[in-house]
Amino acid sequence: MSLLHFLRAMWGIVGRELWRFIQQKERFISALVRPLIWLFVFAAGFRNTLGMAIAPPYETYILYEVYITPGLIGMIQLFNGMQSSLTMVYDREMGSMRILLVSPLPRWFLLICKLIAGTAVSILQVYVFLGIAWFYDIQAPLQGYLLILPALILDGLMLGALGLLLSSFIRQLENFAGVMNFVIFPLFFMSTALYPLWKIQESSALLHNLASYNPFSQGVELIRFALYGQFNQQAFIYTLAAFIIFMIAAIIGYTPSKGMMTRKGGD
Amino acid sequence: MGSCGKTMTAQALKVEDLSFSYATKKALNNVSFSVAAGECTILLGQNGAGKSTLFSLITRLYDTRAGKIELCGFDVKQQTRLALAKLGVVFQQTTLDLDLTVTQNLRYHAALHGMSRKAANLRIAEELERLNMLERRNEKVRQLNGGHKRRVEIARALLHQPALLLLDEPTVGLDMPSRQAIVEHVHKLASEHQLAVLWATHLIDEVYPEDRLLMLHKGEIKAKGTISDVLQITETDNIGAAFKQIAKETVL
Repeated sequence: MSLLHFLRAMWGIVGRELWRFIQQKERFISALVRPLIWLFVFAAGFRNTLGMAIAPPYETYILYEVYITPGLIGMIQLFNGMQSSLTMVYDREMGSMRILLVSPLPRWFLLICKLIAGTAVSILQVYVFLGIAWFYDIQAPLQGYLLILPALILDGLMLGALGLLLSSFIRQLENFAGVMNFVIFPLFFMSTALYPLWKIQESSALLHNLASYNPFSQGVELIRFALYGQFNQQAFIYTLAAFIIFMIAAIIGYTPSKGMMTRKGGD
Repeated sequence: MGSCGKTMTAQALKVEDLSFSYATKKALNNVSFSVAAGECTILLGQNGAGKSTLFSLITRLYDTRAGKIELCGFDVKQQTRLALAKLGVVFQQTTLDLDLTVTQNLRYHAALHGMSRKAANLRIAEELERLNMLERRNEKVRQLNGGHKRRVEIARALLHQPALLLLDEPTVGLDMPSRQAIVEHVHKLASEHQLAVLWATHLIDEVYPEDRLLMLHKGEIKAKGTISDVLQITETDNIGAAFKQIAKETVL
């Protein structure tokens, strides 16, 4: 069992995922249309309703579109994380997951490869989205586009790990609608993606607490600060910790002796 | 292909006192058997006999709790990766990526087994050639018929030169000529390349005279051995009758 084996396998898994993504044009387009609608329609509509005070990392008054752009990046990664989780459940139902699981590699490594593959796909989408936003006059400092890369990697891994964890619990594909209602929507709406924390505090203390402890918020803040060349340490530590916890739980979920796989076999 | 290597034991697969239960149902009860290199063992059992559970345990989709499974002397639970490296599997469902080409599918598998691009290409050509599929290597899997998909899956299972080939009802849904071709090919692999084969089916016409039989019913092995052994145990004169006999009786 050499390092080379691990690298070849990782390249095999990541390459397959990227290739599949590029081939599925509909998936690519729909992954882009969602945040673009939010940007062009929702944000434009709310531009005048929501006044934005100057708060870090912003140094001047900003348009609402500028504010929600990092939130929409988070949204792309959130949907992508859930999408790869959906793929895992689909693969399990269709049996192609078995090919992966009977390969002579440790499960944790296979899961991490899947995670890296999903994150790579999401980063690809984010940059295309930012490219379109650039022409819509949402422009961050140039170095910001490079500096968000590590933030995107961490946020993608964190949300992907959450997706993996969920996929170890989901019995069937049909239950996926539940994930939309109980995971994606709460994570997204109870976060700083659409409105800043101080705004939320004005309306509800409970919501403010939920939003500040929401790992998705922290991921969005990490990206928001990175885009303006700043490092948000709290968001970084929080996102990293959430990633580690989700990942460990997902690995346990997929371990034959401890996890859910045995119970699922009872069908 | 087909042997465990010089230092290993002769048994490609050894199952000892294997039991397994789901929450409420006992699926396997004290199952013991072995498959040697060059041997084709047919696992006969009706739906619900425990074939799928047995395969899930051998491939370590589930964890063995009671009993022991060894592949080429490697314990599936303790030395999982060494054991799995010796195993090639063809699952009941098609597990190919329909939108990728035959070669892309096979390369993916080769990568999972840590093969270099060069070694992979060589082995892919060899196995496809053997199955008369070489000229179709650049076609998308979606374009292939059921029989050809199966052939690709057999080629895939053999790429990393395993000692044991597991097949879980590989001919279900195929037409007669495709079935025959696959049955023949796998038997040839066993005899010519010293591959150990464990073939689960409920179709008795897939049994060759020299095969060994393993009759599973309600999680227990009711008869095992050569065809004549099994006929003797069940006091019948053909496999079909033996199969029926076993399904009827609870204890033999």
